[in-house]
Amino acid sequence: QKKHPKLSQIGYYDLCFVGVFFSSWDETHFGKMGSYYINRTFFFDVHPPLGKMLIGLAGYLSGYDGTFPFQKPGDRYEQHNYIGMRGFCAFLGSCLVPFAYLTVLELSKSLPAALLAAFILIFDTGCITLSQYILLDPILMFFLMAAVLSMVKCNSCADRPFSASWWLWLSLTGVSLAGAMGVKFVGLFVVLLVGLNTVYDLWDLLGNLSLSLVMFGKHLLARVLCLIVLPLALYTAIFAVHFAVLNRSGPGDGFFSSAFQSQLIGNNLHNVSVPEHLAYGSVVTMKNLRMAGGYLHSHWHLYPEGIGARQQQVTAYLHKDLNNLWIIKKHDSDTDLSDPSSPVEFVRHGDIIRLEHKETSRNLHSHQHEAPLTRKHFQVTGYGINGTGDSNDFWRIEVVGRKTGKLIKVLRSQVRLTHVATGCILGSSGKTLPKWGWEQVEVTCTPYLKETPNSLWNFEDHINPKLPNISLDVLKPSFAEILLESHMVMIRGNSGLKPKDNEVTSKPWHWPINYQGLRFSGVNETDYRVYLLGNPVIWWLNLVTIGLYLLITVCTAVALKRGLPRFWKLSRVVLRAGGQITLGWLLHYLPFFMMGRVLYFHHYFPAMLFSSMLTGITWDAVLKFCAGFLSPSTTARRVYGGGFLALVLLILYSFYLFHPLSYGMIGPMASNPSSPMAGLRWMDSWEF
Amino acid sequence: MLGFLKEPVVVTAKINVNLVALTMMGLISRLWGLCYPRAVVFDEVYYGQFVSLYMKRIFFVDDSGPPFGHMLLALGGYLGGFDGNFLWNRIGAEYSMNVPVWSLRLLPALAGALCVPLAYQILVELHLSHCAALGAALLILLENSLITQSRFMLLESILIFFILLAVLSYLKFYNLQKHSAFAGSWWFWLLLTGVACSCAVGVKYMGLFTYMLLLATAGLHFWHMIGDQNLSNVSLLCHFLARGLALIIIPMGLYLSFFYVHLALLYRSGPHDQIMTSAFQASLEGGLARITQGQPLEVAYGSQITLRNVLGKPMQCWLHSHTNTYPIRYENGRGSSHQQQVTCYPFKDVNNWWIVKDPGMQQLVVSNPPRPVRHGHIVQLVHGITTRYLNTHDVAAPLSPHSQEVSCYIDYNISMPAQNLWRVEIVNRESDTDVWKTILSEVRFVHVNTSAVLKLSGASLPEWGYRQLEVVGEKLSKGYHQSMVWNVEEHRYGKSQEQKEREVELHSPTQMDISKNLSFMAKFTELQWKILTLKNEDTEHKYSSSALDWITMDTNIAYWLHPTSGAQIHLLGNVATWASANAAALVYLCLSLWYLLRRRREIYDIPEDAWQLWMSAGGICGGGWAVNYLPFFLMEKTLFLYHYLPAVTFQILLIPVVLQHLSDHLCRSVLLKSMFSALIVAWFSSVFFVYCTFSPVTYGQPALSLTELKALRWKDTWNILMRKQ
Repeated sequence: QKKHPKLSQIGYYDLCFVGVFFSSWDETHFGKMGSYYINRTFFFDVHPPLGKMLIGLAGYLSGYDGTFPFQKPGDRYEQHNYIGMRGFCAFLGSCLVPFAYLTVLELSKSLPAALLAAFILIFDTGCITLSQYILLDPILMFFLMAAVLSMVKCNSCADRPFSASWWLWLSLTGVSLAGAMGVKFVGLFVVLLVGLNTVYDLWDLLGNLSLSLVMFGKHLLARVLCLIVLPLALYTAIFAVHFAVLNRSGPGDGFFSSAFQSQLIGNNLHNVSVPEHLAYGSVVTMKNLRMAGGYLHSHWHLYPEGIGARQQQVTAYLHKDLNNLWIIKKHDSDTDLSDPSSPVEFVRHGDIIRLEHKETSRNLHSHQHEAPLTRKHFQVTGYGINGTGDSNDFWRIEVVGRKTGKLIKVLRSQVRLTHVATGCILGSSGKTLPKWGWEQVEVTCTPYLKETPNSLWNFEDHINPKLPNISLDVLKPSFAEILLESHMVMIRGNSGLKPKDNEVTSKPWHWPINYQGLRFSGVNETDYRVYLLGNPVIWWLNLVTIGLYLLITVCTAVALKRGLPRFWKLSRVVLRAGGQITLGWLLHYLPFFMMGRVLYFHHYFPAMLFSSMLTGITWDAVLKFCAGFLSPSTTARRVYGGGFLALVLLILYSFYLFHPLSYGMIGPMASNPSSPMAGLRWMDSWEF
Repeated sequence: MLGFLKEPVVVTAKINVNLVALTMMGLISRLWGLCYPRAVVFDEVYYGQFVSLYMKRIFFVDDSGPPFGHMLLALGGYLGGFDGNFLWNRIGAEYSMNVPVWSLRLLPALAGALCVPLAYQILVELHLSHCAALGAALLILLENSLITQSRFMLLESILIFFILLAVLSYLKFYNLQKHSAFAGSWWFWLLLTGVACSCAVGVKYMGLFTYMLLLATAGLHFWHMIGDQNLSNVSLLCHFLARGLALIIIPMGLYLSFFYVHLALLYRSGPHDQIMTSAFQASLEGGLARITQGQPLEVAYGSQITLRNVLGKPMQCWLHSHTNTYPIRYENGRGSSHQQQVTCYPFKDVNNWWIVKDPGMQQLVVSNPPRPVRHGHIVQLVHGITTRYLNTHDVAAPLSPHSQEVSCYIDYNISMPAQNLWRVEIVNRESDTDVWKTILSEVRFVHVNTSAVLKLSGASLPEWGYRQLEVVGEKLSKGYHQSMVWNVEEHRYGKSQEQKEREVELHSPTQMDISKNLSFMAKFTELQWKILTLKNEDTEHKYSSSALDWITMDTNIAYWLHPTSGAQIHLLGNVATWASANAAALVYLCLSLWYLLRRRREIYDIPEDAWQLWMSAGGICGGGWAVNYLPFFLMEKTLFLYHYLPAVTFQILLIPVVLQHLSDHLCRSVLLKSMFSALIVAWFSSVFFVYCTFSPVTYGQPALSLTELKALRWKDTWNILMRKQ
């Protein structure tokens, strides 16, 4: 058994080769985040932090200094020490093979089945390619397979509960679950798999009348402890480390609320002291309370012809900018309030005000023209010259849950601006404007008076030299609030990744048939090209096997129900073990059909792991069953062995054919008949 | 001979008075004052336009669902002699005299009324007592939201009717299973299940949920039959085939037939033509068919054509060029080739005409006999009016810098050679030697030098491009996408050698003679696909709600408001019923869990048959609620309270199930039982009281005063319309 981990090191082969030249594809993304950890700057990503933290750690330990800019795919690494990060990912990717081997061995108790599954993973070009670069997927798959393996191991310890090994595997399951969830939210599916398995297990125990209720309670408690409490604690700990490490202001600030930003060193809200109450003449920025809502913004550009009135654009902008500054003025007088001699007058709840954009001196304005994207809302513009506009510039300012006449607090008051003339409410729809709006977020005036964070704002910066500054440490959010907020931001970010119209995207049904791969690096003929595509022979074998498995399952189940005893032997492996793995495959595949976000080919790889293990189990069962019909044991053995040998040889030969996909191709594209890969372009949709 | 006269003729009829009385009450409650208000109420404005289009036989596409429901509504209009002349533009608009309001609203009202006896029958078939069944029927009868929804030209009541009918017939079928398998009535109910299911799906796709539930139930029951060793393999197979036929094959056939009738009825072109492909449009009377009638079928060298992008998003458009050139520098500082613009233009225009030219020859007319263009041939496309060649080169496109600019080539003598050879690839070809056909062929143009594909990027150009749509050469063409596919729409064989004559020819309308017809299946697949993929952008609505609001009925929908008085109609459920339905669901869930756990430890609290009843009744009623409700949490479309009505119907049926169980098994003493009965009576009167209280906003009359309206606002979130005095 020891030789298999060694075999899996094929993944290491010429790892450095590509690296010498280029960074590739998503490496720019995750590599950069690794650098952020090393530099301790705060950033925002749609995935939980564990994967990137581990990459950062690997880079740190291997001496990478976090200075490579990771600007675009194909940049040269030059002297930067990236090999540690790649090696780390490749190592985790290689671990998948022994994990799959052990899992299948445990489930089917058949060495050939386990070997077949392991061979498939070793020689699949897709798995190799995916593990070679600085990506989250090898890390995710490592934890995922670890969870499955420990779950299976724990199941087979069921005859000696509460023994040391039982506890070990149970808690390892919990740890791996936390790991999987901590890398990507896709880890949720494996949590579901383990959860269903545990429920099944407990149901079984409950039906066992020799077990007292107290014992059952112990079983239940142990599982709650190891599979719920432990992972949750670890998961929270990951975030605690994340926030502790990233304590400097960085590119991700704008996505978070004002309270959150006040914690980051270097952010203008850090240790800030501002005047507490809003007064006329104050210069302010307003932030939308939506998660990842932007600052109210305007600039010297007009709405284009045909889109509402041709007046100045008003948008929401996620970054800090001078164009976010607005001056609060009285609606009926235009006296210069910056005059130091004039008395300070505070803004009160229910007042009617005017907001003047500081840079362009135009007033925040709305009227009954339709908004650019949300057609049922009204357009919001900048109007007037040097602060002189019309009555459509008047807004009533109200604080949520407050009575008339109360003062308005900076940062803490949640404010609603009602347009006096039309009665609509200023809000941000969250939709991104096209090119003419610089891809900033749309701001509208909504006639639907629903209480949502979309239409609530708070004042963030506040400049008024006439008022005393006070420190606002009180604002500090608790860890639970930070945790909740960062999750909301991540979920929003995830669902915001929508495919654009007219964009060709990968569809879930493409994946199992290996319809289309992903270009990892290199486009042109002279480039060194790597193309993420599964080994088609293996993938199609997997696909056929799923069909075969379903057929066998139905036959076996019906035969059992009809009381044919011959199938008893087959059923244990096929129904129980195969069922578990199939469930895993379904859980990691079907949900993608319901997702609205942009999908990529590599999302299928977790499901592919299950599919490969199922292939091992199914073919073992099929060959055994076929051999069972041949009475003399030598023939039976020959059929069984021959079948396996044929499968393994098939896999090896296909790997020989397709290995350039992952280890790199140079030369003409495969569509050109002179290319060495020309005969291998079996489907028109492959583009290597 | 006359022997039969010796005996008196006796007709014994058994009439279930309960059933008759319930039906009568249902009819009265739903049909009373059906013509009031004589104005467009809420979504009638939406369905009404389709009824009008049916009357006028004009084709339309409605993405909200399949056509059966619309057809039923139209049937009402047809029977009432509606001529379709009414402008459905505004809720609250008064109906003109030619609109037969009563017959338009009759069918939904009848369907709603029949739900009452159906509910009764379902509980009887579930082996509950007549008392419980009566209770269920009364609850349905007194449910304000169901009444409101069935009294107007809306689809939900029809949907609920078919759903309940499907459930009832399946139960009847299942109860006949033991004694009279394969008898006449057995077949009748089995087939009726399938028919009702397909009708439900045909009315609204929501019907699918119940269909799935029934399929699952049938599967489960059949699974038990497999375990029955008394049945032979052959009879098992027969059972399986009978079910497959009735529950899968027949519903599919019926579903197809709805579309068949739909397409047979609507043969005229209309407002939604442009969503469909050219081939489909050509099959409709008028519209495109009038233009394309008699065009030559095969595109030949020298053909004059217009090219339509197949995607049709963001709007349908045709490949276009005009004398204006790309600006030398764009706003963001990038440069262009300054050659003639090529765009996609959403209107018919003489500048949409292109001429297919053989690169090897100079002439721009069709030779005699015509030389057809085949898949894989290399052509040049010449713009008809400007006679410039369609060209692409390694210059970034104006709005999509990752793609190549497409232009009509102007030679500026700056060592930028013309690259105007395009390979024609027919996407839907049958063989590699297929001829390029008008309308039918979907074609990709692959640039010979750069292998870029001509594509509609979907972005619209700024001022200098007159806001027309951008066309680019996509270099990294990832597989098939409709934005890269074009088809020839208008076509004629060019005859004029001279440019002047050609311009005249281009301006003249096309006409020649052959006609095309699409098969039904092709039309069906296209229409079905369009219905499923058509997306209404931006659908925020004042009365939209989230699925979570429905359980507690935190939301309502104002359907209609009298133009002067305070009379109004709202979709509002019976609060007492909704609350008790929620309670019943909760009790059912907890009790089931409790029983299940106890049974696992082999402690049996209730007798086996009571347990079976509890599970089957709960499975149908609770399951029906779950499958009709939970999927809405996954949907991203705009949701309204009325989407919850099918679910709530099932939930209401669960109330008597739970009550009967409580009284039979948990009230052990006589005293407790009578107390329980008294409680039920009290509760029923409260339901009746709520019904009476809210009936003014259910029926829209009598008009209420401001104070009365205020008193009705039981929840702050309800939007009851108060007119400012």
